[in-house]
Amino acid sequence: MTAIVLRDVTVRAGRTTLLDAVDLTVAPGEIIAVVGPNGAGKSTLMRVLSGELSRGRGRVLLKGEDIAACSPSRLATLRAVLSQSVAVAFPFTVEEIVRMGAGGSRGAAIDTLVDAMLAEVDLAMLRHRTITTLSGGEQHRAHLARVLVQLARGEAAAGPGVLLLDEPTAALDLRHQIDVVAAVRARAAAGTAVVAVLHDLNLAAAVADRVVALHRGRIAADGAPRTVITPDLLARVFGVDLRSCGLPAGVPCVLPHMITPRGRSAPPVAESDERR
Amino acid sequence: MSDDAIPAAMVPPAAPPPGLRALRRGLVLSGLAVLLIAAAIAAAATGAAGIPPGRLAAALGLVGGPAAEIARDQLVLFSIRLPRIVLAVAVGALLATAGTIMQGLFRNPLADPGLVGVSAGAGLAAAATIVLGDTLLAGTRLGGAIGPELLPLAAFLGALAVTALLYRIATREGRTSIATLLLAGLALGALAGAGTGLLVFLADDRQLRDITFWTLGSLAGATWPKVAAIAPFLVATLVALPVIARGLDLLVLGEAEAFHMGVPVERLKRFAIVLVAAAAGAAVAAAGVIGFVGIVVPHLLRLVIGPGHRALLPAAVLLGGLVLLAADTLARTLAAPAELPVGIVTAILGAPFFLVLLLRQRAVVGL
Repeated sequence: MTAIVLRDVTVRAGRTTLLDAVDLTVAPGEIIAVVGPNGAGKSTLMRVLSGELSRGRGRVLLKGEDIAACSPSRLATLRAVLSQSVAVAFPFTVEEIVRMGAGGSRGAAIDTLVDAMLAEVDLAMLRHRTITTLSGGEQHRAHLARVLVQLARGEAAAGPGVLLLDEPTAALDLRHQIDVVAAVRARAAAGTAVVAVLHDLNLAAAVADRVVALHRGRIAADGAPRTVITPDLLARVFGVDLRSCGLPAGVPCVLPHMITPRGRSAPPVAESDERR
Repeated sequence: MSDDAIPAAMVPPAAPPPGLRALRRGLVLSGLAVLLIAAAIAAAATGAAGIPPGRLAAALGLVGGPAAEIARDQLVLFSIRLPRIVLAVAVGALLATAGTIMQGLFRNPLADPGLVGVSAGAGLAAAATIVLGDTLLAGTRLGGAIGPELLPLAAFLGALAVTALLYRIATREGRTSIATLLLAGLALGALAGAGTGLLVFLADDRQLRDITFWTLGSLAGATWPKVAAIAPFLVATLVALPVIARGLDLLVLGEAEAFHMGVPVERLKRFAIVLVAAAAGAAVAAAGVIGFVGIVVPHLLRLVIGPGHRALLPAAVLLGGLVLLAADTLARTLAAPAELPVGIVTAILGAPFFLVLLLRQRAVVGL
């Protein structure tokens, strides 16, 4: 079954059209990168997909279910969402935050899941620290672990789900960026449909199966990275001229798919070297 | 957003392991319950007419004693002191609960029904009921029938109006600005104060006495009918606490995130607003405007048992009752046989506490 279907979705705020007749289909296991300049409608698209914004025209189906008819708790089993920044007002510990992903459930299975997700985002050592004392990147990883717990719980109940990520790597250092990429790849390999807003076109090209470029509320291009991220599209959508996609001599350049984490067995993104 | 790790030396000591935290929660809850009972016994024995422990037991019918003395002690105990103790505990519990829920709703530890005008709104509604109710119903059969039963309802509606209005003003797209909240609360509180002032101007002598009582905050008028009048609000609030606890925990992450995790956010917010209004309104109807209990109690508890509402809310009920009972016992013994309004005692203890909290939060609040 198709993971996500958007049909003719239009969202207006006052006189501004935020999304204009957007159609989008995502298959299970696909990784979609949403790119576009500021104000192109990326955040609005994510809010439509998450069910936050349901007043516009058109239909949104998650795993065949119309989200307009879904209760918040049903939505929470179908999809998990990582926001760009989350501010926690009270001194919850990292582990308490991650546990929130399991809703009110407790038990040995939840404990194991929480431990695994904390380890996956490399926060096992900080699990008892108060989240407000952590750096921005560490907090972001804690919320990623929380979202992964929610996703795992939802998938255990309803089969492969949908993972929505808004700038998942923006606050992270290199090492943890590639950890996130690896985590996302692993979920997609198991059937999760992933939609991520990315500003970093190189990352989008390296990670995504498909790149969706938004421009003024419309989908300007939708396809494999090499067909979307082209000098022509960059000129049209971002308003920049790109002489060539090659590197100027002598300028250092570090891209996630060039990196191998030290002390790890397998480079998680090594297989994607031909994507540019 | 900086991604620099905080140097280890600057980091406060790690929170205890979760097992210990759970154990501590159990200890704190049972410890508070024991303390509350002990404080109630001590409060029953202390006062203008002292009842030593031996006579207290006799008055309660546990042991024998001289009949005349027992009769006198029983009169003091059952018609004066016990209703006051019960009312102090109930009002303290309501205030602390209202503060805790409000802080969860607004996602900030500085929210308090007394500070942001909710109690003032409740007081205005109660005063309006006294003054206008008497006037409007003067010719009818109901004239003079405005009793303690109607006041909690009026106070609840006044508190509801202010809380709902505050939420509309201070929250934009799921984010609450604490500066807007405090300032808007100040304005609404001033407005309610002006309304109350106008009613004072209109009131006759008897009404004036009643209104003064609200603006100062006192438990001196405690009677069993007053206790009975707020009992439904207390019971309803207590029953609702387990229902709202998990939603409030998730709401701490923000409205969008709570929705992402399956919380029906709009319903939760409405429920929380009604609960805050019910708790604060009932407390104001029974004892007037008593500040700072709602801010001090949850803050202290968060330091000890963490911010999870499942434990925080029941602990706030117990500690709130304990704090107000202790403050009221102080208020009626410090200058005995005269007594201080308890609102003054809580303000003297609570206002510096609030200032410290505000200064420590300054960077966060953006003041």
